[in-house]
Amino acid sequence: MNRQLPAYGLAAVIVAALPFVGVYPIFAMKVMCYALFACAFNLLLGYTGLLSFGHAAFLGSAAYAAGHALKTWGWPTELGLLFGVCVAGLLGLAVGLLAIRRSGIYFAMITLAMAQMVFFFFLQAHFTGGEDGLQRIPRGTLFGIVDLHNDLNLYYLVMAIFAIGYFIIWRAVHSPFGQVLKALRENEPRTLSLGYDVDRFKLLAFVLSAALAGLAGATKALVFVSATLSDATWQMSGLVILMTLIGGMGTLTGPIIGAFIVVLLENKVGDFGRALANLTGLDWFMRLGESVTIVIGLIFVVCVMAFRRGIVGELAALKARRAPAAKA
Amino acid sequence: MTTLFGIPIQALLGQLLLGLVNGSFYAMLSLGLAVIFGLLNVINFAHGALYMMGAFVAWMGLSYLGLNYWAMLVLAPLAVGAFGIVIEKLLMRHLYKLDHLYGLLLTFGLTLMIEGLFRSFYGVSGQPYPTPQALTGATNLGFMVLPNYRAWVVAASVIVCLATWYVIERTRLGALLRAGTENPRLVEAFGVNVPRMISLTYGFGVALAAFAGVLAAPVLQVSPLMGSNLIIVVFAVVVIGGMGSILGSIVTGLGLGVIEGFTKVFWPEASSTVVFIIMAIVLALRPAGLFGREK
Repeated sequence: MNRQLPAYGLAAVIVAALPFVGVYPIFAMKVMCYALFACAFNLLLGYTGLLSFGHAAFLGSAAYAAGHALKTWGWPTELGLLFGVCVAGLLGLAVGLLAIRRSGIYFAMITLAMAQMVFFFFLQAHFTGGEDGLQRIPRGTLFGIVDLHNDLNLYYLVMAIFAIGYFIIWRAVHSPFGQVLKALRENEPRTLSLGYDVDRFKLLAFVLSAALAGLAGATKALVFVSATLSDATWQMSGLVILMTLIGGMGTLTGPIIGAFIVVLLENKVGDFGRALANLTGLDWFMRLGESVTIVIGLIFVVCVMAFRRGIVGELAALKARRAPAAKA
Repeated sequence: MTTLFGIPIQALLGQLLLGLVNGSFYAMLSLGLAVIFGLLNVINFAHGALYMMGAFVAWMGLSYLGLNYWAMLVLAPLAVGAFGIVIEKLLMRHLYKLDHLYGLLLTFGLTLMIEGLFRSFYGVSGQPYPTPQALTGATNLGFMVLPNYRAWVVAASVIVCLATWYVIERTRLGALLRAGTENPRLVEAFGVNVPRMISLTYGFGVALAAFAGVLAAPVLQVSPLMGSNLIIVVFAVVVIGGMGSILGSIVTGLGLGVIEGFTKVFWPEASSTVVFIIMAIVLALRPAGLFGREK
C-alpha cells in the first residue's frame, strides 16, 4: 500500500473536487455505488473464480431493507445502511450455502435462479410496493449532525462509504485469506489437498461479496431516495458482470473503470444514437437510446471475443511486455 | 360438481394440462441445453432468446408471407437453427479452449442483442397468433373438456423429445455424438469431422428451442420478452434434473410443469417461485441433481 498510497491520495483529492468542477453529484455518486458493487462482485469472480449470476439480488435486497428501515421504521440513516448490509449478507449466506454445493457453470445457474426467486419475492411482497418500488425514502441525517438532504454532504458520505468498502476488499485480497482465494481460483483440488477447507473459504468470500454489494445497494437507495425492482433483475446481474469484464477481472481498479464506462454509456447512448441518425439518415438509430441493451449486448460480445483481460488487464499486460524491453 | 381438496376436478385438470404445456416447453428447452452442453461445454443462455425467435419467425411468416402454422412449424426451426450455426461458426468456435464461463457470457451478450433488436422493432407488447384451424375448439372427454391445441402441444413435444432420445441413444449418429461428448479428440482421430458435428449439434439444439417457440406462439403472446423469463426457470430445471440423462431432462421438465400447475391452484402466490424452491431443496439433499452423476 505504501507505494500506492500517493496514487490513492491523489485519486481521493480529484474525486473530492469533482462537484466543484461541474460534475453532477448524483452522476458521480451513481458511479461510486456501481463501482463498489462491481468491486464486491469482482472479489468473487476475479479473485475466487466464482461467477455469480445473481448479484443483483444482494444489491436489491439491501436497497429495499435500508429503504424500509428508514421510511417505515424511521431508523437513523447509519443504522438503516447497516441493516441493508446485514440483510444482504444473510441472504448471501443462504444463497452461498446452496450455490457452493456445485461448481463452474452450475454455480452460475444456481445463483441466477436464486436471484430470480428473490426478484419474484420482491415483486409480490407488500412492503416493497410491487412494480412501483419504494419511493421518497428519507435520507435523514448522519449521526444526527450532518444533513444528508444536501447533495454535497451526501456526496462525501458516499465517497467515504466507497473508500471503506474498497479498503475492505483491498485488505481481503492482500491477506492470507486472499491468497487462499486466489489458490482456489487457480486450482481447487490442489488447494483442497493442501488442507484448506475449500467450502468455508468460498462461503466466506461469497458472504463478504454479498454484504459489500449490499452496502452499495443501501447507499444507492439513499442517493436516489428510492428502491426499485430494476435493482434486483437479472439484467442488473448481467450489468455488473459487464462492468467487471470491461475494466478487468481480477484487478482492483478495473471494476471502477468498468462501472464508470457502463454508467456513462447508459446515460449517453441516446445522444450517440441521435448523432448516428444524423450521420447516416437512418431513423432507426434515433431509438438507440431506448434500446441500450443492444449496445450493452454488443459490448459484452466484443469483450468476450477479443478483450477478455479488460482495460486494466490489457494495460498491465502492455506494461509487462514493455518492462523487459526497457531493461535490455 | 365433483371436487378434490375443495377444488372442482374440472379446474384441477385444466391446471394440470396447462402445467403439462409449460412442462413441455421446459422439457424441450432443457433437452436442447443438455445436448449442447454435452458436446460444446457451453451453457447456451441464448436458448430463451432463440425460442422467442422461433415464435417470432412463425408470426412473421404468417403476417408477411402468409405461410401457415404447419409450414412455419418446419421452416422456423430450420431458419433459427441455421442462424445458430452461423453464431457457432463465427463466434462460439473461438471460445472452446477457454473457461466454460466465457461461453455463458457470450451467449448472454447475444441474448441482450437479440432481445433488444426485437424490442426496438416490435415493442414489448405481445402479438397475438391465431390457433391453427385444425386444432381450434375442444374435445369433451366426459370428465373434462380438452382444448385441442393444448393437447397437441403436449403430444408434439413428447414425440419430439422421445425421437431425440431415440436418435441419441439408439442410432449410429447418436453413438458418434455420445462418443464426441466423452472424448472429442479420439473421435476425430477415427475420421469423424468433429467441428461439423459440433455445429450441427448446436443447430439442432437451437432448432428444438425454436420448435418450442412455434408451439408456444398460439398459447402465449408472441413477445420479445417471452424467452428471458423462461430461460431462468429452465436453468433451475436443468440444475434439478442434472444434465447427465436425456430421459431425465424430459421427465424433470414435464414433472416440474405439472407441479407448477398445481401450485397455481393451491397457492397462486408461490407459483412463480416453486421451481426455484424445489431447486433449493434438491441442492440441499442431492447436489448432483435427480438424474445427475457426481463428478
